[in-house]
This record gives sequence, C-alpha cells and structure tokens, in this order.
Amino acid sequence: METLITILAGVLVTVATYLILSKSLIRVILGTAILSHAAHLLIMSMGSGLKNGSVPILDEGIGPPVDALPQALILTSIVISFAVTALSLVLAYRTYQETGTDKLDELRGIKHE
Amino acid sequence: MSTLNIAIIFPFIAAIVIPFLYNKIRKLHIGWFAMLVSFVLFIYFARYVPRIANGETFANTINWIPSYGINFTAYLDGLSLILALLITGVGTLVILYSIFYLSSKESLGRFYTYLLFFMGAMLGVVLSDNIMVLYVFWELTSISSFLLIAFWYQRKRSRDGAKKSLLITVSGGFGMLIGFIMLYIMTGTWSIREIISMAGSFTDHALFIPAMLLLLLGAFTKSAQFPFHIWLPDAMEAPTPVSAYLHSATMVKAGIYLVARFTPIFGGESIWFWLVTGVGLLTLFWGSFSAVRQTDLKAMLAYSTVSQLGMIMSMFGIGSAALHFGNSTVSVVYTQATFAALFHLVNHSTFKGALFMVVGIVDHEVGTRDLRRLGGLVTLMPITFTIAMIGSFSMAGLPPFNGFLSKEMFFTAVLTIGEAGIFSLDTWGTLLPVIAWVASIFTFVYSMIIVFQTFFGPYKEERLEHPAHEPPVGMLIAPGILALLVIGIFFFPNVLGDYILTPAMMGIFPSLPAADLSVPISAWHGFRSMELWMTIGVIIFGFALYKTRKKWAFVYKLFPEKWSFNSFYSYSLEKLEEHSTTITNSYMTGYLRDYMVYIYLFFIVAIGGTIIYTGVYAFDISGNSSVSEFEWILVLVMIIAGISVLFAKSRLTAILLNSILGYGVATFFVIFRAPDLALTQIIVETVTTVLFLVAYYFLPEWKKEDVPRKSRNVNLIISISVGIVFTVIALTVQSGKLFESISGYFENSYELAGGKNIVNSILGDFRAFDTMLEVVVLLIAGIGVYSIIKLKAKKEDESVEDQ
Repeated sequence: METLITILAGVLVTVATYLILSKSLIRVILGTAILSHAAHLLIMSMGSGLKNGSVPILDEGIGPPVDALPQALILTSIVISFAVTALSLVLAYRTYQETGTDKLDELRGIKHE
Repeated sequence: MSTLNIAIIFPFIAAIVIPFLYNKIRKLHIGWFAMLVSFVLFIYFARYVPRIANGETFANTINWIPSYGINFTAYLDGLSLILALLITGVGTLVILYSIFYLSSKESLGRFYTYLLFFMGAMLGVVLSDNIMVLYVFWELTSISSFLLIAFWYQRKRSRDGAKKSLLITVSGGFGMLIGFIMLYIMTGTWSIREIISMAGSFTDHALFIPAMLLLLLGAFTKSAQFPFHIWLPDAMEAPTPVSAYLHSATMVKAGIYLVARFTPIFGGESIWFWLVTGVGLLTLFWGSFSAVRQTDLKAMLAYSTVSQLGMIMSMFGIGSAALHFGNSTVSVVYTQATFAALFHLVNHSTFKGALFMVVGIVDHEVGTRDLRRLGGLVTLMPITFTIAMIGSFSMAGLPPFNGFLSKEMFFTAVLTIGEAGIFSLDTWGTLLPVIAWVASIFTFVYSMIIVFQTFFGPYKEERLEHPAHEPPVGMLIAPGILALLVIGIFFFPNVLGDYILTPAMMGIFPSLPAADLSVPISAWHGFRSMELWMTIGVIIFGFALYKTRKKWAFVYKLFPEKWSFNSFYSYSLEKLEEHSTTITNSYMTGYLRDYMVYIYLFFIVAIGGTIIYTGVYAFDISGNSSVSEFEWILVLVMIIAGISVLFAKSRLTAILLNSILGYGVATFFVIFRAPDLALTQIIVETVTTVLFLVAYYFLPEWKKEDVPRKSRNVNLIISISVGIVFTVIALTVQSGKLFESISGYFENSYELAGGKNIVNSILGDFRAFDTMLEVVVLLIAGIGVYSIIKLKAKKEDESVEDQ
C-alpha cells in the first residue's frame, strides 16, 4: 500500500512539475494545487504504517490507533495550501485585470523588452 | 594597563555620540567636540613618551575569540607611539583647521563621525598586536576613507574617487589577509610579537615568500606605491582637511608602518630588500616626475605625497639590509637608513600637512586651485605665503627646514648601501643614488612651482572666483603650528631623535643593541661630504629645470594617456561591469519557467546525484500493508485523472479533474483512518473548486500552449526526472527507519492533554502555537485576497476621474 501511494504521489509530482513549467499563470496555480495533494499523500505514507490500527481516537472498544502525527501535519498543510491557492488565484485575477494577459512570458517587465 | 584598549575604542564611542550631540547643539560647531577627543588622546599618548624612551613597552589583552587565538591585544612600543602621536596630533590640528574650513551648512555630524571613526580604526591598526585584529582595523580605515572621499557624494568625481580607493586598497588588504593566514600556518600564532620572536626559524617554509609578497601587496596598495598609486590623486576629491589627514599624514602611512613592523620577520631577505627599495625608489621617481606636469595644486600635492611615500618606503628597504648581517656591528651602519625613514615619516607629516592646509586656504579664499589662474598672492596673503614657503622648501630639502636633514640622511643611505656587497648590490648599487638624486631634482622643481606659481607673477583677479585676502585667523593656527614644527625640528632634531625615533628603532630591530640604534642628527657634515654636493647639485639643476620647464614639457607626451595604469584601471572596470551585466542577463530572464527550471535542475542533479553517488537507494515492500481491489481502482483513477489534466481541452475539465484528485485524496484519508482529514479535505476541495470556477469566470479561456516542441520536451524530461527522484527518495526513506517514531508519545494524549482525539490534541495542545500561527497565515491571506480585490475598485475610480 505504501509503495503504491508513493508511486501515485510521484505521478502527481510529475504532472504538477509539468504544469508549473508552463507559460500560463492559471496552469501554474493548478500545478501548485496538485503538488499539495502529492505532498499530503507523501506525508501520509511516511508514518509508521498505513491501515495498521484504528481511528486515532481513544475510546473504549477501539483498538490501538494508527500513527496520528502525519495526520496532524497534513491538517495544517491542507489549510495552508488552501490559503496559498486562494491568494494566487486572486493575484492571477488582478494581474489579468491590470495587464490583460495571463501569459508569463508577456509579464517579464520592462527590463526584458 | 587596560586604558590602551579604551584609547582605541574611545574615538569610536565619540563617533557614535556625535550625531546625537549635533542634533542637540546647533550653536556650537561640533568640530570642537571632535577636536577635544583627539586632543585628549594626544595628551594621553604623549604621557607615554618618557617611559617608552626608557625602553618600556605596554600590552594589554581583552579576549575576543580565545578559541582561535584571536584577541584584542593593544601593544604600545616606540614604533606604534610615533604613529599614534601623528594620528592624534595631526588629527587635532586638522580638526581645528576643518572647523574654519567647513561651513556649518555642510552635514558636519556625518563628517566628524567618519573622521573619528577613522581615527579609532587607525589607532587600532598601529596598536594591535594580533594580526587578525590589525586586519579588521586596516579594512575599517579603508571604509572610513571611502566615506570621507565621497563626503560630497553629489559629485560624480567624488564617488568615482571613493570607489577607486576602496577597490584598490581593499583588494590589497585582502591579499594581506591571506598573507597573515600564511604567517599563522607557519608560526601557529596571531601575535606579531610572538612571530617576531620566532623570526628566522621559518624562512625555509614554502609559504614564506608568498606570505611576504601578499603582505607587501597590502602595504603597497595602502601606501599608494607604484603602480597602485593611481587611487591617491583621485582621492583628492575629498574635502582638504581629509586629504591632509588621511591621504598625506596618516592612512597612507599604514602601509609603511606595516613594512616597518614586519621588517624583523622578512628583513634581511634579498626579495624583501629589492622589492621594498626598488618599488619605493620607482615610486619616488615616478611620483615626483608626474607631479611637475600637474596644473591642479592638490593633484600636485597628491603626486608629491606618492613620491615622498616612495622615498620613505625605499629607506625602510635599505635599512632592512642590516638584518642580513645579524647581530654584528657592521649592520648598525645600515640601520641608519631606517632611522632616516622614521625621521622623514615625521617630517613629511609636518610639512605636507601644512602644505595641504595652505592649498585648502588658497582654494577656500580665491575659489580655485588651478595653477594657470593663480599668481601674485604674496602681497595679499603674506602669512599663507610664509607657511607655504616653509613647507615647500622643507620638501625640496633646503635648510633651515627639517626636510633638509632627512633628505641628507636619505642620500647617505643610498650611498652607503652600495658598499654593502650583498644582494648583488655591486652591479646595481650605483643606480640607487642616481635615481634618488634625479627624483630629488624633480621634487625641487615642483616645490618651486607651488611657491612661485601661486604667490609670485602677475595677480589676475578677473580669473579668480573671489578677490584674494588672508583667511580667518583660526584657519592659520593649524598650518602655523606645523610650520613652526618644521623649523623647530631642524634646530633641535635630536630631541625628536632621542625620545621618539630611537625607541621606534628598538621596535624594528629588537635583536640589535639599543645603544647602537641611536643616530645623532646633524645639519653639517663638512665640505667633503658627498651629500652636501648632491644637495647643491639638486638646487642648481632643479632651478635650471624649473626655469626651462616649458621647453622640456614635451617629455610628458612620450607617455600617452592610453597606456597609463589609470586607463587600465578604468578599462578593466568598465569591461568587468559590461561582462557581468551580460552574464547576469543571460540567466536572469525574468521568466518564471526558467527560474523554476534552475531550481528543478539543481534538485535533480544534487539530490539525484547524491543518491546515485552514495548508492543509498533501497526498495523494500515487505513491510507494506495489503491493497484491496477498491484501492487499486482508486489509485488508477487518480493516476488517469492526474495525467489527463495535462491533456484537458478546456479549463473546466482541468478543474474537475483536479477535484477528482482532491476527493480521491479525501477517500484515501477515510481508508487510512483519518476522519478529521477527510472532512477537512472535502470542505477545502469544494471551496477550492468553487474558487477556481469563480476565478475562471474572470480569466481568459484556457488556450492551447504555443510552446516550441524543444522546450516542451525539456519540460517533460525535467518533470519526469523530478517525479522519479521524488519517488526514489520516498521509497528509500520508507525502506529503512533510522529512528524510532515519536508518535507513541502523543498516544497518551488523554493523560497529557485531556483529549481523546489524538489529532485534535496535537493541534490544539501539543502544537497549539503552530496552529495559532497557521490561523495568522489564514488571516493574512484573507486580508491579501480582500485588499487585492479592493485595490482595483479604487484604481478604476481614479481612471474615471482622469477622463
């Protein structure tokens, strides 16, 4: 299972990298969103085993819990990456409003023209 | 005796205080405070004179970096004392002069801060025993010199001159630092005294010669020796008090101090002798020769300073020959050259300081220092003229001024060294007096030009900015005192010799008996002395050349400007800037994709390379948990969805595919027993999808990328490589656990934090601070989103108003 998840994360990283290297601002943002999915899966698979326990809630009648630490880290990460995506989207929107383009090679600034 | 360390730090503290004082007290010229600081230090050092003359030395250490042997050790001996007295004494006079020179409209707070900063740094150079600390102070003097040259930073020439001096002196200083480190490798100590006590024991070391050369590089750049002299004339863009202080009396003597200080270590070597003497004599000649052609009085003084520094340098070179003979009585004959060097060091500071101040007065009162416009000032400025004459005649080597004495001793030195019979002096020895003599003739010529061109001849008021008149008395005090010293030293040279110069000799030649190092200075050596006839020759030929200088001025045309070191400097600087701009522009493309490519390439090469090089990659599936069919399908769906994003024809498809990924991850969270994550992920994914849709409503349609095939292939290769490196690292990490997991600690959450949900306890209790900051990040992002949208409305309002 861990190996499978890792390979899935690797595929997602490849896709994300390809999107980040593209010309269009919106693709780059989509790339970062996919990259965070990959990162979450990676963190998950880095814990001490998947599916080898019960839900990490201490209650009667439930067996030993799975590794809770990666879950706590991912919870933080989900929220932060959401904030990053939201801000980037608004930034792209504003850039397009101001400059009329979302092409990164057209947004290089005066020095390079 | 910890007061020595305090004496070094004192000017720095005063420099910090000055801006505050300057803002508080506007009525009184802030220069008086700076002068008080300098004067107190002068008195402090003067009180050491009797004890130093008795052969005592003083040292005190404050630990700085003891583990590396780098400590703030202040050490005062005769040699340090001469420089310390010059720094504080000339400093006091220069500050007094500057009070009248600089109007209160200038930013005086800045000026005196820099000046005291320099004074502290310079005291640090001459009083430091630890060469690392010495190096730090050495560079501080370069920095303060830079700041002072660029004091009138509005002028381009000031900035250029400052940059030039900094580049040259700091690169030399850097070479010196490497030389110091080599010395440390050879001796294992940073202390100059300890290195000197080991002198001679490491001359066979492979680093001995490189260390010597690098040290000399530092000394030659700092003391403006040929061919590094080009920064000094440009440094004359500084206010005149600065030129008089830094670029004539003190800072440029730091290189000479260094040579003197390290003579016990390197002296007696043939390379040291020829480099120091040869470069010194060459500088002496070239400086005096170039000075004659100048039309700006200050530039003339700059070249003359270069030339005089060369003369002092060459005398130290000649004196170092004494160490070749060891502790024998023969060597004592040659030490008198070093004595003459120290003597001239003091004399030069007195007469050149006075001359700089006179030029400053002329510039200040008539508004120009161009020799072609000046003339006939003698009747209008008689006191200024008298001081100028004393200074110039002393520089030319005429009696009854101190320059005559040291110039005669210089001739003695170059004459006697030819008889030494070492360092192949038999063949080259006769050349030394000739060069010295010719250079002295040119020195005589420009000294005469300074006096006669400025003060005699027709007075051309229409060519001057202001009509000439004597300056305020305050401006005359400082040069007046220096002029009195010029005459006073001529009549009582042995007071200076016994109390100041002889103790310094003991610092330079610690191995020789102190009684032999004292040299009685006398003005008269009888008619049969060669030196007298050389001086008479200088006067006769000098006068003839002065009178006929228009006829032989064509000589200077033989040295075209194009081939000078100056144009070499400008050329290399220009080309350096050009090429660095080209190189920088070649990779700073301003295109996000390129920067990301650099980062990814580094990642692939550094991390991937390390994995291959160390061979740590491992793959082990034995510890894996089982995979059900449903999970296989889910993984497959996500892989297909992920890859399809790349081929999506419309942006809506792309977003929905991204949503599939997001909800897929949420499903995995459910499978992996993470209900909190699954809930959060579902909410966030929903909101993100909505956000994307809203943003796309305003953004242009998703067009097919018009990327060239080649760069698309590059992108593909990079992406796949990144993915592979990523996967290999992850698998390798999973296959081997280096440390025990710390997760077990959190499973006691109920006892530790009173929470049964472990994930919530980690976020809310164990890592509560993290969570709080995470909320802050969300808040900032929220403010960012809000203000970015809000900003637009305001901008539109404005554009409406413009219409």
